[in-house]
This record gives sequence, structure tokens and C-alpha cells, in this order.
Amino acid sequence: MKKILGIFGILAVVILATILLSDGKFLGAYNLKNQLRWTALFGILSIGVAFVIITGGIDLSIGSVVCLVGCGLPWLLTAQKWPLPLALLTVLTTSLLIGLLHGLLITKLKLQPFVVTLCGLLMYRGITRGFTADQTQGFGSEYKGIRKMANAEIPLPFLDGFGLPAPCLFLIVVATVAGIFLNQTIYGRYLLALGRNEEAARYSGINTDKMITMAYVICSFTAGLGGILFVMDVNSAQPSDFGNFYELYAIAAAVLGGCSLRGGYGTILGVVIGAALMRVLQNMIMLVEFIPTHIEFAVIGAVILFGVIADETVKRIASRRQPSSKHPSQK
Amino acid sequence: MANSAQHPLLEVCGVSKRFPGVLALDQVRLRAGKGEIVAVVGENGAGKSTLMKILAGVQPADAGQIKIDGREVKVDSVQKALSQGIALIHQELNLADNLDIGANLFLGREPKRWKIFIDKRRIAAESARYLKQVGLDADPSFIVGGLPIGRQQMVEIAKALSVHARVLIMDEPTSSLSQRETEQLFQVIQGLAGKGVAIVYISHRLGEVRRLADRVVVLRDGKNAGELRRSEINHDNMVQLMVGREVSQFYPHKPHHAGEPVLEAKELRTPRHPTKPLSFALRRGEIVGMAGLVGAGRTELLQTLFGVTPALEGIVRIDGAKRRLQKPTDAIQAGLALVPEDRKQQGLVLEMAVRENLSLPSLRRDQKKGFLHSAGERRICAEMIRQLQVKTPGEEQTVRLLSGGNQQKVVLGKWLALNPKVLLLDEPTRGVDVGAKAEIYAMMERLAKTGMAILFVSSEMEEILGMSDRALVMHEGRIIGELSRSALSEKNIMRLATGQEQTSKTPPSEGRIRSWTN
Repeated sequence: MKKILGIFGILAVVILATILLSDGKFLGAYNLKNQLRWTALFGILSIGVAFVIITGGIDLSIGSVVCLVGCGLPWLLTAQKWPLPLALLTVLTTSLLIGLLHGLLITKLKLQPFVVTLCGLLMYRGITRGFTADQTQGFGSEYKGIRKMANAEIPLPFLDGFGLPAPCLFLIVVATVAGIFLNQTIYGRYLLALGRNEEAARYSGINTDKMITMAYVICSFTAGLGGILFVMDVNSAQPSDFGNFYELYAIAAAVLGGCSLRGGYGTILGVVIGAALMRVLQNMIMLVEFIPTHIEFAVIGAVILFGVIADETVKRIASRRQPSSKHPSQK
Repeated sequence: MANSAQHPLLEVCGVSKRFPGVLALDQVRLRAGKGEIVAVVGENGAGKSTLMKILAGVQPADAGQIKIDGREVKVDSVQKALSQGIALIHQELNLADNLDIGANLFLGREPKRWKIFIDKRRIAAESARYLKQVGLDADPSFIVGGLPIGRQQMVEIAKALSVHARVLIMDEPTSSLSQRETEQLFQVIQGLAGKGVAIVYISHRLGEVRRLADRVVVLRDGKNAGELRRSEINHDNMVQLMVGREVSQFYPHKPHHAGEPVLEAKELRTPRHPTKPLSFALRRGEIVGMAGLVGAGRTELLQTLFGVTPALEGIVRIDGAKRRLQKPTDAIQAGLALVPEDRKQQGLVLEMAVRENLSLPSLRRDQKKGFLHSAGERRICAEMIRQLQVKTPGEEQTVRLLSGGNQQKVVLGKWLALNPKVLLLDEPTRGVDVGAKAEIYAMMERLAKTGMAILFVSSEMEEILGMSDRALVMHEGRIIGELSRSALSEKNIMRLATGQEQTSKTPPSEGRIRSWTN
């Protein structure tokens, strides 16, 4: 809980700074809605990768899965004329199978997660550019109904003219389910345990291979879901750059939100706040005039580094206070 | 070959070393003359390794002197020891196996040209000379990792020679060598001794000691227990000096009424020793000790029973019903529990709370359609903390912060929560303080009374003698014998564990004494 307070504090400070430095442009209804929508979309990806990170693994293929699904769905609908339910089912199943493949390669063949998903990053984008002939994909002016999933607004009481972007609903559902799963079910407990000590978890009768595979399935599935929402929102996806770097934003959000890449730690709420922080940072660079937009990456990188150093320092001070923790075990 | 000079080449006088809670070495003496092969034997924990580490400058002594040629020397670092001509060849080889032989021989003191370039030609020439001395026929540019382990050992010895070692300490040098490699090593050792190098040879394999040593020094509990001259060196004399301790009155053991068999293993083949099928049975309410030397296959047997390393072949019956134990989950469902040897790595998730550790195996049983049953978890946790007298500030305490004994109680507790039929314990009191030890023994007694069958592996002789209704003894992957309570004695166990049959008609072959205590 303390951990979440820390990241929440940073988020509050950054929001405040952005409001002050942008002459209130941040608080404009249009901007706020956009930030909420993008926070929700990236939040969904981040929650997925958090499960993988909790097992001590990593998934670098998220952006390419977003691309595969985001370009694949309009391609199936417009170029292949598939019916909508079948197309949706196909892209979601594909993302599930990708996760399953990652999980099996990692647990059964004992390949390293970094390598497996790095290959995924390259392959899924390449495949997408192949079947789309590198052409921009979109829905044109059709499918307006289903696209409401991503671009509708839910009117809020007492707030005239301000509606909650629809992806926020998805985020709330995904985050709630994920939170309950991680904290209230035995499987969540298993994930947290094996992330800290896989061998001891196995000796306790936990089917660690199955649990790890499940984490990769969850991750790729949320990437697929994210891909659908992203493309419905923007209506135009270029196979060469759609979803580029999204895995890194998701991983950064998860790490900012308290996940340790060593495994075993993480909260869903923290990850969502981390995703929001990532968004607000990008927005700040856009809105604040004296920060040139092309140094965006430098600012984001520096803020993440600062956050992680602060976190590490706090942890070190805390462990020094505990008298008998002379030998912090390392994984 | 025995020493004749006025001053022995190496002389150790009254060396003592204290670790927290233990006097590891107490006024130990040792000397080795020029060209003499001195074997140091003793149970594990007798202080051999500590002594060798002090000699090689790895650890400082608290008291005592080390003399070379009668002159006292300070060896407070490995470099100092080397400069005095003392080299240690460690049990695990210290070679960079990605580099070639020459690079290893001169690692850290490479001859240079123009200050920065490695003089490869000189390395090659000098390496060849030392390799010839140890009889290793290999190109210095060959990568060390590509050599068989025995030849890597020769590289290690050549490395010691290249720094002009006069005293060569070898800690269990044959533990991973084949018969033929061992033979070659012996020839090299004898050759070196012939050239005047003093050899201090540590081994658990009494057969090797008998064959090689000019003199045997026996350590027991950190003290000199005696010495044997060449003519006195035989198996029985060595064992006599190594054991010979009273079993303390520490154990609550009372004979149990063993019920019907609960676990029967038949022709079980473990992946580690696939050619040695194992058969045995455990009965309800008995405590069976499993003795043997480290590496005899005891841990492997427990891990196979528990499904960690599934059996290649064989049948296990629990309560008469055949069970396939392919993974720990299978074993747990069959009513087995394992308290593993490596508590921190296999027994506990150190960074989790006492509660989370205690409940980990029973979550599945107590779940409510996949959801945690929090109230039940808390109840079991409180019950186990009470029953096992775990000393913890609370159930949310991180396990890492508990003492070794309390950590071990948590491991016991997580399995007792499942109420198993068979409890497998692997070195249950290793790294546990005396108070917690007594509590664990009392717990074992109580559990046996409730009808649980307990099989415990221990390298502590006293524990086997004190706690077992009967003992199984393993040797090199086989269950070589069984001793009933009345036949239990250190000598009988040791005889079996070192590979001599109970009624030994044939002389012992390769005796090994390894690790009674650790």
C-alpha cells in the first residue's frame, strides 16, 4: 500500500506541474478525455505484462501483437469480408495462441523469456506486414457501431459535456478481474510465490509450468484486446509502426507501478497508476511549451530512472531498519 | 619417503579457530615433511576444510603458528600462502573453462610484451613444461572446458607447480574422477612427492588413503584424534579414530509400535542411479533413519518418492494402492510430504510471510472454487504456529527474518497442515540451533505416535542412532543394508556406509567416509 502511495504521489506532482506549466490546457475537456482514453488502453497492456513480470519473466512482443491484431482485424473485415464475430474471435484466439506458444517454449523447452518474446516481436510484425502487403489498414466509414467500444463516451452525472471514454470501462473491468485474480484466488498466490522462489513453489505442489504459461496467455490476450481497442479508436493502422514501442511503455508502467523484474512483486492498482503516469508525462511534454517535443524519450527515461532509484532507496532504508535482515536473499 | 630433516617442511602448531557457537579447530597440530604424503581424515565437521583454508590463506586462524622450514610465516591471504609455496587445490576446480590451458596457468600474472600485450609465445613454452611435469599431453591453446574433468584437475596441479608450490594441499581431489583418472592422479602425486613436494591429501575414501598415504592424521570435533604410521594404516584403525564418541542423551526416542505398511517401494530406479533399483517399505507409526555418505543417493531417493525427479521405473504403493508419482502434486495427493534439504531454496519462499508459507501446499485443498479461503488460512496458520512453537512476532512476519530453527518449523508446519501419511525429512536439523533441534525431535516422536510414518535422511550419526526405530544405509546409490534398533551402532552404520557388507568376508574395496555432520 505504501508503494502505491509513492507512485500516486509522483503522479499527483506531475499532474500538478503539467496543469501549472501548460496554462491549464491540461484540464481542457478534450485533453482530459484523450488522456483518460490512452491511459485506459495502455493500462490494459500494462496489466497483462504485469502478470508476466510477476513470474520473473518479460514479454517484448506486446507491441507486435497489438500490430498483428490491430491490422489483422480490419484486414479480415474489409479485405477478406469476414463477418465481424468471426473476425473478432479469430484475432482474440490468435493472441491467446501466441501467449500459449510463448509459455510452452519458456516452460517446456526452457528457453529464456527475453529471447522467445524478442523473436515474437520481430515475427508478428513481419507477418503482419506480409499479409497486409504493408498497406495501411482501417475500417473506413463502416463498423461505426462496434467502434463505439473504443470511441464512445459514457455521460457522467453532474458533469455536462464530459463523458468517460469507453476504454475506461474496459480498463475498470480488466483491472477489477485482474486484481481479484491476483489477490483473492489461489492462482494469484501461486504466481506471487513462484515469482519469488520457483523451486520452493514446485516443492509445495504447485504446477509452476502451468502457472507461468497462464501468465503469458494473459499477457498476450490483453495485448490482443488492446490491439482491437487501439485500432477501433484510431481507425488507421500502418503495419510498419502500429504499436511500436508499446511493450516498452507497458513494461515501464508496470515497473513504475511497483513490479520488480526479479519477479514476485506487483499490484494491479499500482500498474494502472504507472500507466497513467506514463501518459501524463507524454502529455506534459506535448503541452508545456518550453520542453521541445523531440526530447520526449529523454524526459520519460529520466523520470522512470528517477522513480526506480527512489523506490530502491526507500527499500534499502526500510530493510536497514529491520534488524535481522543482514542477508537479503537474491534471486 | 618419510621426513628426516631437522625441521619438517610444513609444521602447524596449536591452530585454533572459532566460529559463532562452535570451536571449529582446537589446538590442532599437523606436519608434513619434504616428499611426504600426509592424509587428513575425519568426519565432516571435524575441521579438515577449515584447517586447509587456514593453511591456504583463505581464512585467518584465531591462534597458533604455521611454520615453513621451521620459520614462522604469516599466511593471511591466498597470495601470501602462494608466495610461501603453499597451494590449495579445491574440491571444485577454480578454472576459467572458457579460456585455454595456458591462459589459465598464468591467469592474473600473464607475461607481457610492451606492458600491455600478452606474451603468448612465452605462455605456450612455459605451459608446455608444466604440463609435461604432470603428464598431461595437451596443447596449451586447448580450451579448458573441452577437457575431461580429470585432465582439468591436472591443469589445476600444473598451475600450482607454475607458482613453485612446495606444499600441495588437495581437498577431495578424486571426488569427480573416474577410476582411470584417479589412477593417473595418483601417479602424478607420487611423482611430485618423489621430487620433494609435501602433499596434504584430504579424502573420505579410505581406500585411497590406504594406498597413497605415508602417514594419516585423524581429526575429530576440531581436535587431533590420533595419527597412524604407514604400517598402521588400515580401514578399521582409521574408523576407530574417526568415531568413538558417546551418543548424548538428547533424544526422546521410545520404541514405536509399527503398524501395517503404508509406503512400499519396489525396484524403484532413480534418474541419478538408474542401474540400482531400490526396494523398501515404511510402516505406520515408525521412524526410519536413512544413513549414508553424502552422494550415496539418499536425497535423490526422497526426491524421486516426492515426484521432483520422477522414477524411471518401479512401483510405489501407498496403503496398498499403486501410485504414479510424476510431480510433487501427485505425491502430495498420495499423502506424502517432503521437508527438503535446502530449506532456503526448496522449502520456503523467504520473501513471503509466515502465513503465506504455511498455507502454500494446503491452498488447493482449502480453496473455495479457486478463491482463497482466508479465514481457514488464518486458522491453520495460528494452529501451526502454536503447535510447533514457532517464535515469530506474528503471522505476517517475513520468513527470511526468522532464525534457522524457526524457519525449519515453518517448513514442517506447512506439511503438517496437510496431515500426511508419510513424512519425508531430508537433513531436518541442518543449520538449526540446539533448542529447536530438541523441539523437532519431540515433534517427530509425537507424529509417529499418531501413526505417521517418518523417513528421515541424516548425515548426523547421533541423530540416526538417537531417533531411528531402524535405519536403512545407502552406499553409492544402493540400499546396502538395514539395521534394527538393537544392531544400531556407529561402527555398523559406518561399515555399511563405506561399502562393506554386514558380514564382511571380502576386504573392503573403495571405502568412503563423507559427511556425517556438516
